[in-house]
Formats: sequence, structure tokens, C-alpha cells
Amino acid sequence: MADPRLATVAVTGLNATDNPGPGMGVIRALRHNPEFKGKIVGLVYDTLEPGIYATQWVDEVYLIPYPSEGIDALSARLHYINEQVGIDAIIPTLDSELPAFIALEPLLKGWGIGMFLPSQAQFQLRSKARLIELGKQADIDVPPTQILQDVKDLYTIHETLGWPLVIKGMLYGATICRNVDEAVAAYHKVAAQWGYPILAQRFLKGEEFDVVAVGDGQGGLIGAVPMRKTFLTDKGKGWAGISIRDPALLRITERFMQATKWRGPCEVEILKSTEGYHLIEVNPRFPAWCYLSAGAGMNLPEAVLELSMGHEVTPKTEFVVGRMFVRISLDQIADIEDFQALTTRGELRRAQDKVEP
Amino acid sequence: MESVQRLNELAISDAGFVFDPWSGATFNVNPTAKLLLDGLKAGEGRVALMARVRNGFEVSALTDLRRDVDEFIGLLKEFGLLDRDFALSDAHG
Repeated sequence: MADPRLATVAVTGLNATDNPGPGMGVIRALRHNPEFKGKIVGLVYDTLEPGIYATQWVDEVYLIPYPSEGIDALSARLHYINEQVGIDAIIPTLDSELPAFIALEPLLKGWGIGMFLPSQAQFQLRSKARLIELGKQADIDVPPTQILQDVKDLYTIHETLGWPLVIKGMLYGATICRNVDEAVAAYHKVAAQWGYPILAQRFLKGEEFDVVAVGDGQGGLIGAVPMRKTFLTDKGKGWAGISIRDPALLRITERFMQATKWRGPCEVEILKSTEGYHLIEVNPRFPAWCYLSAGAGMNLPEAVLELSMGHEVTPKTEFVVGRMFVRISLDQIADIEDFQALTTRGELRRAQDKVEP
Repeated sequence: MESVQRLNELAISDAGFVFDPWSGATFNVNPTAKLLLDGLKAGEGRVALMARVRNGFEVSALTDLRRDVDEFIGLLKEFGLLDRDFALSDAHG
């Protein structure tokens, strides 16, 4: 069995923008272990994903086709990339690409590429449309949620959900709406951006907590770190946060793992209101803030790399409470040659071009 | 029961910076409040808490210490650091 510390690891989600993909958090966590001497390969959809130009973190970069281009296009591209660099493991980090990577897992395994992902059934069960069903299975309170068949539904929805409510896309986007006009506008915006179906969820006032967790695929928890956002952007994204120890958050996460036998990383979003704890959403991948897990002493991306490569990982229970993360925006200076290599050849092989002194 | 456990887990620095590891919330407390928190963590009742303040600070005869201590308890409940149904004992210890 290959040594994960010497592995070539491909990671997606290098779009470290003001609404960042999780890729850079995963990569930094892998490199957090000083014994990691492997290679990081960025898999990107756009030539200006900021992580491409983070030369200290990413060794090589390859463009991959958008999920809309289908599984065949992705497998052909991964086949090529694997021939170039010899990938040991892939850690996909974006919701929209996960169904394709899950479908390709057996094929990639045959090529010697490991992943640690949920099954299609698990992936579907935690979808926003089936959150109520998941709540019943896992005995977790979930806010009433309704799938909207048509924009007309918004004119009567207050009878069941009341105002305000939250309009959500299946993969991304959540807008708090106080009346029909706001709800209709949010409906069309989400539909144009992310497509159908669209959901309406009862708005609950309270404080949101998030848990980054990894399930072992058999109902157990490999590890989990709960976090409270302490600073939000205007998009509602956490720009700073702190690790915490509320036992109720870990209990809910454990129940989710038991009910779904979740395999791989996820982010459990929980709202604490005066009525108690409610499961708001489960994201089927690492959150962008997952580097906090490494900073708090429970390196979950490293655990996923080990599991992807077939190693056994002992469940982790200890982490530092009160460890903070504070994001920063920095302008990176980039070589136009790097940009040129990606736009013309679709690949950037920085390590190969490196001139040794 | 949970109230006492939660209070005991509060991290309180000498400067009066308080971190609640359950919620991630942080607070700044003045020396009087810090003294009261220390007393509550030690499981003291109202009489003992009032005595703590009298011994630690100059307290004017006009000060209604009982009311001040109760107000502080109310504040802790408001911030979720004590259960809503927490009742301070009138016993000394």
C-alpha cells in the first residue's frame, strides 16, 4: 500500500474567491503535516481560479471539463492526466461535480486512483429535497421544507411555511424572503443560476453552527470539528470562525452518520433556535474552512487521503477548542507564462519546469 | 446540572476575557462580574456571592447587592451561559 505522505493527490475547487471552493483548504491541510512530501495536482474548470497561482501550495494544474460535458469527457481527461502524473488519490470538493466522480469511482480504482466518497444513494438522501426524510431516519429535527413545482406555489406557500421563508437551490443559494415579491424574485434568480428544482424552507431565527466531519461508510464517525462563524461576508459566508465543543452538535453529526452510513467528508449545518437544534443542510464534501480541522489538531483532509488510499484510520476524538480561523484576501503576483500554459495547453506542469539550483 | 458544567468549562483570563467553548461566544467582564463567576463556578449560593463582593470591593450601604447579583444571573441566562430555569440558592454555600 502506497505511503500517503508521498502521494500524488489531485484536488478540485481551487476557486478561492470571496465565496471560496474548499480546494485550497484541503491542500493546506494536506501540507500541514511536515512529513507530507507528495505532489499536489490542481484540477480546475477555469484558468483564473486563484489557487492555480498559489505556487507554494500547488505543483501542477490541469483543466478538466465542466460537469455539464458529461462523465465520458471527465474520464477521458482524467485518463490523460493520470498518464502524465500518476495520480494516487483524488479529493473532489464541489457539489456539482460529485455525481460524476462517484460514478467514476470503480473505473478510477482500476487505474489505481483512490477516492473516499459517498454512494449515489447516500448523496441523494442528504439532498435538500429529501431533508425531511433524512431527519425522520436520523431522528433529527428539520425545518419544514417544500419542493416548489411552479412559481405559482409561492402565492399560497405562506399557509404552510409562513413568512419569512428561505428559497434554496438544490445545490447552491439560499435567500431569506419576507413576502411574495421577494420570494418570486429569489425563485427566478436561483432558477437562472442553478436550475430546478427549487425549495422553500421555513425560516428559523437562531444561530448557525457548522460541523466538518468524515464518515467511515459503516455508520461511524472518523472525526468531526464543530465551528461557529464569527464574521460573515455580505453573501453570508463565514470569513472567520472558531472551533467549539457543544456536545449536541456532535450528537447530531453522529446520528447523521449512523442513519446514512456516510462515506467521506461532509459539512453538517445546524441551526440552534430557542426551540432547539435543527438540521438545515448537509453538504456532501469538505467545507472551505476545513483547514481549521488541521489547525485544531484533527486533520480531516489528511484522514480522507489515507482512507482514499486504502489505509485504516482510527477514529479521532480530540481537537483544540477555541482555535480560530480568519480569512484574508491577498493579491498574488502571477507569471503570464503560467496563464498562457493553461489557456493554450490546458495544463501547467510547474514541478517539471522547475530548474534545480 | 448542565448549567454548572457549562460554567465550569468557561475559560476566564486574568484580564476578564471569557470564552464559552460550547457556543464560541466571547465576553469581557469587569472585576466584580469575574468575582461572581468564580463564585458561581464554585457552586456558591446568593449569600456567599454577596459576601464575596462585600469582601472584595468597597460596597456602599445604599447598594442593593441582592438585586445586583440577581441581575447578573439574569444576564448569564440571557447569554445562554445558565439554563433559563436556573435558580440561585439562598444558602450560604
